[in-house]
Amino acid sequence: MSDNPDKKVDEFNLVGKARRRVDARAKVTGQARFADDLVLPRMLHCKLLRSRLPHAKIKSVTTDKARAAAGVRLILTGYDTPVPYGILPVSHDEHPLCTDKVRFVGDPIAAVIADSEEEATAALDLIHVDLEPLTTISDAEEALRIPEPRIHDYGDEGNLHKKVAFDFGDVDEALRNSERVFEDVFFYEGNTHLAIEQHATLAAIDDAAGPDGRLTVWSSTQTPHYLHRALAKALELDPARVRVVAIANGGGFGGKSDPFNHEIVVAKAALMLGRPVKICLTREEVFYCHRGRHPVLMKLRTGVSLDGKIKGMELQTLLDGGAYGSYGVASTFYTGALQTVTYKVPRYRFQGCRAFTNKPPCGPKRGHGTPQPRFGLEVQLDKIATALKLDPADLRLQQLVEPRSLTANYMSVETIGLGECIRRVVDGSGFRARRSGGKLPTPGDIAPVRGLGLACSSYLSGAGLPIYWNDLPQSGVQLQLDRSGRVTAFCGATEIGQGSDDVLALCVAEILGIEIADIKVLTGDTDLTPVDLGSYSSRVTLMMGNAAIEAATRARDLVAKAVSDKMGVPVEKLRFAERRVTFIDDPARVMSWQDAVILAEAKHGTLGTTGSYKPPRSAAKYKGGGVGPTPTYSYSAAVVEVEVDPVTGWYDVIKVWIGHDIGRALNPPLTEGQVIGSVYMGLGEALMEESTFRRLPPKLSGALVHKFPSMLEYKSPSTMEMPPVEVFLVEDPDSRGPFGAKEVGQGPLLPMMPAIANAIFDAVGVRVDEVPITAEKIARALDAATKGRPARVGPTKFPAVAWPEALKIAPPWEGGDGTASNDRPKKERMARPGEVPIGDAPIIRPEVRR
Amino acid sequence: MTSALAEGYTATMNRHATLSLKVNGDEREVAFAPHKTLLEVLREDLALTGTKHGCELGECGACAVLVDGRPVLSCLMLALECEGADVRTIEGMQEGAQLHPLQAAFADLGAAQCGYCTPAMLLTAKALLDDKPSATRDEIRASLSGVLCRCTGYLQIFDAVERAARILAARDREDHV
Ligand code: FES
Ligand code: FES
Repeated sequence: MSDNPDKKVDEFNLVGKARRRVDARAKVTGQARFADDLVLPRMLHCKLLRSRLPHAKIKSVTTDKARAAAGVRLILTGYDTPVPYGILPVSHDEHPLCTDKVRFVGDPIAAVIADSEEEATAALDLIHVDLEPLTTISDAEEALRIPEPRIHDYGDEGNLHKKVAFDFGDVDEALRNSERVFEDVFFYEGNTHLAIEQHATLAAIDDAAGPDGRLTVWSSTQTPHYLHRALAKALELDPARVRVVAIANGGGFGGKSDPFNHEIVVAKAALMLGRPVKICLTREEVFYCHRGRHPVLMKLRTGVSLDGKIKGMELQTLLDGGAYGSYGVASTFYTGALQTVTYKVPRYRFQGCRAFTNKPPCGPKRGHGTPQPRFGLEVQLDKIATALKLDPADLRLQQLVEPRSLTANYMSVETIGLGECIRRVVDGSGFRARRSGGKLPTPGDIAPVRGLGLACSSYLSGAGLPIYWNDLPQSGVQLQLDRSGRVTAFCGATEIGQGSDDVLALCVAEILGIEIADIKVLTGDTDLTPVDLGSYSSRVTLMMGNAAIEAATRARDLVAKAVSDKMGVPVEKLRFAERRVTFIDDPARVMSWQDAVILAEAKHGTLGTTGSYKPPRSAAKYKGGGVGPTPTYSYSAAVVEVEVDPVTGWYDVIKVWIGHDIGRALNPPLTEGQVIGSVYMGLGEALMEESTFRRLPPKLSGALVHKFPSMLEYKSPSTMEMPPVEVFLVEDPDSRGPFGAKEVGQGPLLPMMPAIANAIFDAVGVRVDEVPITAEKIARALDAATKGRPARVGPTKFPAVAWPEALKIAPPWEGGDGTASNDRPKKERMARPGEVPIGDAPIIRPEVRR
Repeated sequence: MTSALAEGYTATMNRHATLSLKVNGDEREVAFAPHKTLLEVLREDLALTGTKHGCELGECGACAVLVDGRPVLSCLMLALECEGADVRTIEGMQEGAQLHPLQAAFADLGAAQCGYCTPAMLLTAKALLDDKPSATRDEIRASLSGVLCRCTGYLQIFDAVERAARILAARDREDHV
């Protein structure tokens, strides 16, 4: 698909050259428009009344007083929007406004639409809600112990949403035959995206199209196509009459990739009132929207030979999902899927369980489900290296997955630049010579100690399968060529800051040999642009890029045909560069791009082309094998240097060296920016970020509440915590990527947390088997060591889970074909369009009460 | 909030205050509900939506503008406090159609990703360089520490401020020959 990935950078017109991104000017002048910047005539404002109890039955909602309040135009309750929705077809378990029950503090119960935000806010206090409290589930272990009352009436059992189990070969035998078996339990606390822009949505009705009008929703969303579907479903609208515009997002990181209740509520209000309605969430409400990193408890058992080679691995994960399904089923699979794509794992067992709890729903955050088990794996490898007296870099280098190979769980690896990443960061940091060796401080030592830690990771360049079952392209690009020479590129992809608009312009301009300024990009608008599934799973550069290359190649062919006819030279002898079409054998015969377009329009009529992209079929044919495959994986390796105070445990990150296997850097400063931004976000998770909860005292309802629903208390790194970062881009072009490019937006986050944990061990000899890795925990581990206890902080036990029977899949090297020997036939288990998905919550119609 | 309070609230909202101030070099007179913050008046009454917000509680720094040349959090300042003040927002940073060197450096070096913190970063950096044209990286780091950015990891922002400082200094030298 890709256009000559093996080309050298200087053979390209624009690829690989540092360049101002297409949206840079709008962003530095304040002209970029975000959802809350939009204002329409006669616009009304919406506020949501949110539950103050974490789990309760709704007995009644009384709205008369609020309806009569100044400026109030409309009050909505759950019975106005009774149809459930959700991002995954298997978990349509959310209602725009709660109907029968609330499931976490912050769950929306009613909406007020008023002339001003102040009036809407004031009227919230006039709504009376009668709630009957229910037992609350505060974490996954409680969910295991307390099956009743159920938070949802669907799921695998009690308060367990999803349980999965796989055996790729006989793992027990592999562990029995290992010289050493290492067993560790790790905990990774949840955290949140904290995009600086608060979610905002504006909905309006266009009356021109008839009595029903057409609904337009502008929203800070990463997934306009999925929002389009959710709006049509939840509001029972013809999707052809719904338009979603994904306006520039002020940061996403996964936090704006679910369809949200507030989006559906303002759309409903606009439909009912015939006036534009806007909502902008407060920062506290953004914490309730959440969909952040799942807290995960995990147990990892790895059998190795004495030279550190992995013989078998067993992983169990327990995810605290919060109150709704969200992407959780996918998140559960993701905690197991990518453990095998870095180092050879001949046999692998994965068991995962996601629980419902009465907290804001967890979902996808940068790395989606994979940073947690990656933390466990990379820390455990460091422990293995220490125990077997091996160099942590050599331990990894000796067992890297081969390029173009299948893993035990049938993930298909294409290019793998991990070895080069490791070598660059190890050499760059002086890792081998400068390590301290993991000695405990001698009592009385107060001088700070330095330590270095290494960790690696891998991530998808786009999920292989869409969220809902379909056989359609994942990304489409449409081009329109104007007589002026201007080319407009239309694509449903969404600019969330990552630079996708720039990739689109680049791919088109490169193929046509014109300048970025000749391209106009129009993205993320379901009325105008072909579908792209959205900015998640690091899919856009690869999928949209390939679709853009296909569309542009078709446009170039049209133009080439016209020019070749005119010049009387073969099409293969035409070169497209510098806004000209040149006859290669005689460069004097040349035509400007604009003249060539005019010629082509005269020949073919109005000019337009399309391109689309669908990932290759995956080799993983077993049930659940749909999560994890991707066209190609990116790889990263990081060395982090820390300086630790041996008394207080306080530490500073001195420097980060990070190598990223990007395939090809399309616009190097933007590529590096994604790497550095990922490093930053990983540092935040390692050092300080955590979404934690506490119980109010009994006289204040005993509710389970968010400890830090504010930016002041939810600590994130400022400029003062950011260390220098040395970035090594490893470019080994991958034939599946556009011009050889792979993903960069998520992968480089993953090695940060384990590299820091390993660096702390190297400095002061203690293990923090938990994220975040705070000074307080280091101090506790140091203290434990002085008292003769293990120099470690972290969980010790993984609770008993009644795992389902594992699907048994023989690895490729044991004669397997990617199917499970004990699976139900595929046609039985495939939920086809039209079938009722299992998580579809009931529709409760308004006759019940008002 | 009780209904009496709600009524009081509404009554306050409907009273308007007027204010004269200088915004991006222009004398402006504006009528607004007196409880409004400078952020709200800029965005809602003066249609200057380049100024952003991430919390409206003084926590994120995204709403920073320059008041009499100094960066302030516009979400924490009542507009009423700005009588006669000289307010500069991102819309007033360009020099005609030309980008300010800080804007150009941010654009070229990848210092704006989603662009949401960018107006505040740029104005805060401008205040720093106006005051200390050859600020060190530590000074840049400290002066920008009140503005959170979730995208960039800050390093390319530091690079951009340093580049702009060099360009401004060179320009200054030219002016003086
Ligand atoms: S909006 Fe966050 S500090 Fe003003
Ligand atoms: S560029 Fe997105 S918050 Fe700074």
